[in-house]
Amino acid sequence: MEIKAKIIDETGLQRTITRLAHEILERNKGSKNLVLIGMRTRGEFICNRISDKIKEIDNSEPPKGILDVTLYRDDFRTRLKQPEVSVTSITFDINEKDIILIDDVLYTGRTVRAALDALMDLGRPNTIQLCVLVDRGHRELPIRADFVGKNIPTSLNEEIKVKLKEIDGEDAVYLVNAPKQ
Amino acid sequence: MPLSSKHLLGLHGVPREDIQLILDTATTFREILDRPIKKVPTLQGKTIVNLFYENSTRTRISFELAQKRLSADTVNFSTSGSSTKKGETFKDTVRNIEAMKVDMIVVRHQSAGVPKFLTRITNAIIINAGDGLHEHPTQGLLDMYSIREKFGKLEGLNVCIVGDIAHSRVALSNIFGLKTMGANVSICGPTTMIPFGIESLGVKVYYNINEAISNNDVLNVLRIQLERNAGERIPSLREYHKYFGITAERLEKFNKDIVILHPGPINRGVELSSEVADGPYQIILDQVTNGVAVRMAVLYLLGTMH
Repeated sequence: MEIKAKIIDETGLQRTITRLAHEILERNKGSKNLVLIGMRTRGEFICNRISDKIKEIDNSEPPKGILDVTLYRDDFRTRLKQPEVSVTSITFDINEKDIILIDDVLYTGRTVRAALDALMDLGRPNTIQLCVLVDRGHRELPIRADFVGKNIPTSLNEEIKVKLKEIDGEDAVYLVNAPKQ
Repeated sequence: MPLSSKHLLGLHGVPREDIQLILDTATTFREILDRPIKKVPTLQGKTIVNLFYENSTRTRISFELAQKRLSADTVNFSTSGSSTKKGETFKDTVRNIEAMKVDMIVVRHQSAGVPKFLTRITNAIIINAGDGLHEHPTQGLLDMYSIREKFGKLEGLNVCIVGDIAHSRVALSNIFGLKTMGANVSICGPTTMIPFGIESLGVKVYYNINEAISNNDVLNVLRIQLERNAGERIPSLREYHKYFGITAERLEKFNKDIVILHPGPINRGVELSSEVADGPYQIILDQVTNGVAVRMAVLYLLGTMH
């Protein structure tokens, strides 16, 4: 991994999470009807942090879930490796709820499309709003995020690496050169 | 990480990592079975033929449901009402089916080795759903999954397979799979139902059911297969029940948390008393539910492999 730049550091990340939590609460006029769903793997931890922040600001704790979209992906036939599946854990009813779908990086939009399909199979939510830490552009589908931590325009031979303390031991967002295929 | 083999013909020689991967993947699919919409689009566009040359209820339904829940297109073939009645050979039937562009074939046949033979005459992915007295790998896997679900592990567990071992493909798959996963496997049954030299597979043999109960955590109780002339190996079903049947009194005598599995269909009052078949020790219906999840995992792992 060849690092080109550190885009967000630890304090920057904390600030971004705080702002996202505020924006979510503001747009939805509180957290009464909200549920938070983090997408595996890093979306899950960002979801936990936003949830903690919401608790701090609003003194409420919306239900939290984890979504794994592997089985809904449309790139099985083109990928070289078989993706490992892990468990989706949404133990509450999502009908008529306002879902905040949380992920680390928004890129082509295909993962989000898969997530929308997966959520529709679980129930009929009132709204689904997308919250991402980084939007790096290059969309291949008509999808946009409702809440964006930071827009980072990238070229196709660059990648965004989000590092989180829970799994990577540090909090940071890096711009790196994409590994050569 | 994908599986190391393109087909699932048996559990003999399947590495531990593969079994672990199948069981772990099945956990994901188990969750899908509890959803309001029990379907994912993973195998969309894949065509699977269920080639059943031998009668089966739960295995065929379980495979078909697993395929449908992964959004595959399925075709069912059974010998009754097919051209095999007109004298078409097995090879010709299969070649014709393959010419219709199928991706996977799930096969059950009364002769051992048919799934292996299929791998030589077709390019499709082959899954063995029971071949003769050889193996029934998905049953072995679902048994292991159900035991692991109950105990949280397989390693170090004492598992005894009880009954007509000689006529059982479930027994062989269980022995291979469980041993690979580190369980201590034993078998128990009348001498006439224990194959000669089975100890060479590394299993302990009990001829007394009480000893088997007292020394094991799990009893996987097999069906006495009357359709395979099992009746010739025992004086009577009543006598079998008297000496090897699992009854509530027998279990209560040892006062331990033993878990009873049975691949079904049960001969009530023969290998299990009704009280046990419906009682707190058994996980027979969990096995049936888990069967769908395990088969989904196998279909997913083989069907999306490159």
